[in-house]
Formats: sequence, structure tokens, C-alpha cells
Amino acid sequence: MIKLVYNEMLKIVRKKRLWVIAAIVAVLVALFTYAQYRETEELKKRLGTTDWRTQLQQQIVDLQNRLQSPSMSEEWRKYLQIRLQQQQYYLEHDINPSAPGAPTFMRVFIENAIDLFLPLLVMVVAADLVSSEASTGTIKLLLVRPVKRWKVLLSKYIALLLSVSFIMLTTAVLSYVISGLVFGYGGFRLPLLTGFVPQGEDLNTTNVHMIPQWEYVLMELGLATFVSVVVGTLTFMLSVLLRSTAAVMGIMLASLISGAILSNMVSSWHSAKYLFMVNLRLTDYIKGTTPPVEGMTLGFSMAVLAVWGLVALIVAFVVFTRRDVY
Amino acid sequence: MTKQVTLAVKELRKTIRGKEIIKGISFELREGEVFGFLGPNGAGKTTTIRMLVGLIRPTSGTVAICGYDLHHRFTEAIRHIGCIVENPEMYPYLTGWENLEHFARMMPEVGEERIMEVTKLVGLEQRIHDRVSTYSLGMRQRLGIAQALLGKPKVLILDEPTNGLDPAGIREMRAFIRFLAETEGLSVLVSSHLLSEIQLMCDRVAIMAKGRLLAVDTVERLLKEQARVVWKADPVDKARALLAEETEVLRANEEIIVTPYEPAKLAAWNTKLIRAGVAVAQIEPRLPTLEDLFIELTGGETID
Repeated sequence: MIKLVYNEMLKIVRKKRLWVIAAIVAVLVALFTYAQYRETEELKKRLGTTDWRTQLQQQIVDLQNRLQSPSMSEEWRKYLQIRLQQQQYYLEHDINPSAPGAPTFMRVFIENAIDLFLPLLVMVVAADLVSSEASTGTIKLLLVRPVKRWKVLLSKYIALLLSVSFIMLTTAVLSYVISGLVFGYGGFRLPLLTGFVPQGEDLNTTNVHMIPQWEYVLMELGLATFVSVVVGTLTFMLSVLLRSTAAVMGIMLASLISGAILSNMVSSWHSAKYLFMVNLRLTDYIKGTTPPVEGMTLGFSMAVLAVWGLVALIVAFVVFTRRDVY
Repeated sequence: MTKQVTLAVKELRKTIRGKEIIKGISFELREGEVFGFLGPNGAGKTTTIRMLVGLIRPTSGTVAICGYDLHHRFTEAIRHIGCIVENPEMYPYLTGWENLEHFARMMPEVGEERIMEVTKLVGLEQRIHDRVSTYSLGMRQRLGIAQALLGKPKVLILDEPTNGLDPAGIREMRAFIRFLAETEGLSVLVSSHLLSEIQLMCDRVAIMAKGRLLAVDTVERLLKEQARVVWKADPVDKARALLAEETEVLRANEEIIVTPYEPAKLAAWNTKLIRAGVAVAQIEPRLPTLEDLFIELTGGETID
């Protein structure tokens, strides 16, 4: 089995797929870093020379004053207290909250890449994993070996999982290293708020707490990996079903983009929450943004994605092991 | 001495979307023979070959390789087969050597020495470390054979092995196939739509049309029965009458007379004509074309 996986990895590497992906990530990260840099410069200019420490101190005083007020729900008071702790942390550790460090850049980058950019990169590897063997005819030489068909397919799937890991690692490392050149590498201990639960129009803040940024980033990376694996599995299934890599790419691209569009307009179409493509923005749940359809939670979205992925995997294996190869 | 049966096919059938493509095929391959699979395009040769190597699942019937049933004991059975189905497609972005290594990893007990051995056998040592995308068609064909031989198979299946080769390449391939059968003792199944090719390299031949085997026999016997002699003689009418006394006149017109080919009697017939004062301009034994064979075997049905 290890030999088979080696074969598949060899093919992926020799097709230069992984290098292309790494290059795309590097270029895009550099681009976004520059954009971010321009924005922070602009912000600094607009705010004038006002010392950010003074501002922060002002905010802290504001918060303290509001906390004095007796007519306040217990819940809200707790939230403000946490906010206060966060602001104080910034001040004590001499952190400018509006000036991002590399970890912050990394976090925001992953949040924005999770539903389109990362799945796209995974597609680059997954789309032609099986379909290219079928369209060039090499599948015939692959299947007349003393290896059962499910093992051949499994080796390809494992190679895909390894590639997804490579993509995630490359994205994380490159976004940290490249943006750090401009923003500095500090900021992993920056406290961030999480635990917001949107309830209709309101935000339930009962469970809000602070976690250090490195924990936040790790959580996001985990969720992004999960999404990438599911999208990779779906692409993998299409790659088994279709001979044409272009068709695989087309279908996946269409559904990913439609997901991005649908997310903004399905708030009243409830059954849309069972579509995989509106469930991709898992990181929004830790951020506390309102989900596309009311009642969607992190657990729900992950379950929907897991079911889609599992069904795709089963279809891929059943079809591949039974199909007549022409 | 009876030679061992390496490949046994029994009552193989395939139905695709309600249409029976292969209508019950049975034959056997023995050790050390080159077996021709002859038929026009669309006869079902490639479909049959794909069923022999497990790419297509037969609707019914069995394939046994060295005694192992292909369906129930796939890995044991397929170990003894090497094949090229249609064109030998390799990974163009890998070198020839890497391609062979790639397939060797999928087989038990195939090491570097064996890869070296097959490379030498097909004469690719010079270019084996170049990328396949730079290979000529002939070199790809040879690399295809190399990968088929990697696992020391007992049965070699080649689908149209001379397709796209130049005349020198075709001759070389023929010699190579004979060598593999005679020296290495392999059973080789070769498919072709060219009678001349089958005739030149096969011991036995199966003729296939419309999903059926019309005949399975040695090449000589099959061809001899169908061979003809074309006579050109003057005067034609007299020659025709004289020949009719000796043998059957199959066809005749103002220019030629066609009779069955009987090499032992040909000289006597000629002498008879000459003695009777007929000027014989040409005696041409003519092998049947594939079409003739089909018309003969199917009783007038054309091949398409």
C-alpha cells in the first residue's frame, strides 16, 4: 500500500501540481500583504498622530464607566468585562490592536480563504487524480496489475489527503512568513474573543470568552482542513465519474461559486442549509457572524459536510470497483 | 507431448445496454504459441481482450489464467498476464525508467534487475532515462512491451501491436513476438485486422466477426482451404474447359480463370494446358483476402 501511495504522490509531484499551488499561495499572500500594508498606512494617516495608547486608555475608561451603571443585564455586564480585560491586555503588553502582526494576517487570510481559495487549490490536485488516467488511457495499465481496484483508488485518496495537508501547511507557513516581513512576527498571544452565538437579530454573549490568538488560528486551520478534505472528496468522486478533468473543474467551480452567492440570499429558503456549499464558512461560527440560514451551527455544518463527503467517497469506491473500463 | 493450457476462455458473453456485443466465445491458449485474433474493426476483438484482462466484467462465461479464475481470484490470475490494450499509454511526464518502476511497485517480486532485464530485452537502454514525451511511437510501443513483460507473465496479450509502426518496426515486432513464444515459452495472443500479419507470425488463429468466433484453427489449414489460383491463358475458353475436367472452376471471364489452390497438382494441370496448345501467361496462387475468408465462412455475409 505504501508503494502505491508513493506512486500516486510521485505522479502528483512530477506533474508539478504542488509547486504550482505553492507559487499561487506565495503570490497571493504577497499581494494581500501589500494591500493590507497600504490600508494600515492609510489608517494611520487618517487617525493623525494620535497615540493609540491614549485612545486605548480612553476606551478602557469608557468601559469602566459603563460597567458602573446599575441598570444592566448580567449577561451584558459579563461581556463588557471580558472586553475590558482584552483592552487592558493590549495596553499592558504594548499591542496596537489596529496594527496587525503576521498571526493576525494569517487568521484573517484563512477566514477569507476557507470557502473559495483553499477549496480551489485542493481542486487543482483532486480534479484530475482519476479522470486524467481515464482520459489518457493509463488507467488500463494501472488496473491490469495484481492489485485490487479498491486499493488502487484508496492509494489515490490517501495521496489526496497528503496533498491537502501539504496545501494547508504551505498556506499557513507562507502567510505567516511572507506577511511577517512587513508586519512583524509577534502576536500569537494576542487575546481574541470567541463564543458569540447569534440568535435572530441579537448576539448571545453568554459564552463569550478570551482565547489566545494561536489557539484561534489552530482552530481555524483545523476547520479549514476539514472543509478542504470534504471539497477534495467531492472533487475526487467527480473525477471518478467523469473522464474530462475540465468537466470536473467546471462542476466544482460552479457549485463553490454558487455557494458563495447563495449564502447571501437563502435566509428564507430553509432546506438550502443541507447544500454543502453554503456550509463551507465554518470559521464564521467562531467569529460569531450570522449564518446564511437561521439555526445553522458549527456542529450542524460539520455534520452536513461530513455526510456529503462520506456519500461521495462511497459512490467513488462503488463506481470505480465495478465499472467497465473502455 | 501436450502443451499446457495457459488461458482458457469459456462461453464468454457481454451485453451492453440490452445489446449482445460478444456472443459466446470459447478458446484456449497453449504454452509457447502465438495465437492470432483476426477480425475487422468492430468485430469485438478489443472488448474480448478487455474481458480477458479484467477491465470489463463479462455478462457470463469464465476466463481462467493458469488455472485461476479471473473473476474470483483476480490477483493470482492477473499476475500471469502481461498486456497492452490498444495503445501503450504511459505517463509522458515520467521517464521510461520511472514508468517501469511505477508499474513494478504494483507487482510482487519485481526489482531493479528485472526492470534492467526487460529494458535490454526491448532494446531501450539508450533512451530509458529520457522522458516518455520525447519518445517516438515505436519506442513507446517497445516500452509498452517492456511493462507487459515486467512480471514474467505466462500469457502476453497484445492488441494490434504493429499499429502505427513503420515497416522496419513491424518486422522487428514480429520477430520479437516469435522469439518470446519460442525461446521464452510465452503464450502470446495478438489481435489484428490484417490477415497478412497474422499469417506471418501466428501458429493458430481465431477469426472473429460480429461478436462470434467463426473458426479457430492453424493458420496453414485455414488459409489452404481458401487459397485460389488465378490463371491467365489464351485462348481462355479452351483453358477453362480443360481445367474444368481436372478441378472446379470457381470463376471465369474473358481474361482470368480462378480455381482452388492445390500445389501438388498445379504442375500437371499446367502441362495439360500447354500440350493442348494453350498459351499460359500466368499462374498466380493467391491467398484469400480477409474479405474472401469471411464471405466463405459466413456464407456470403459481408464483414461490415
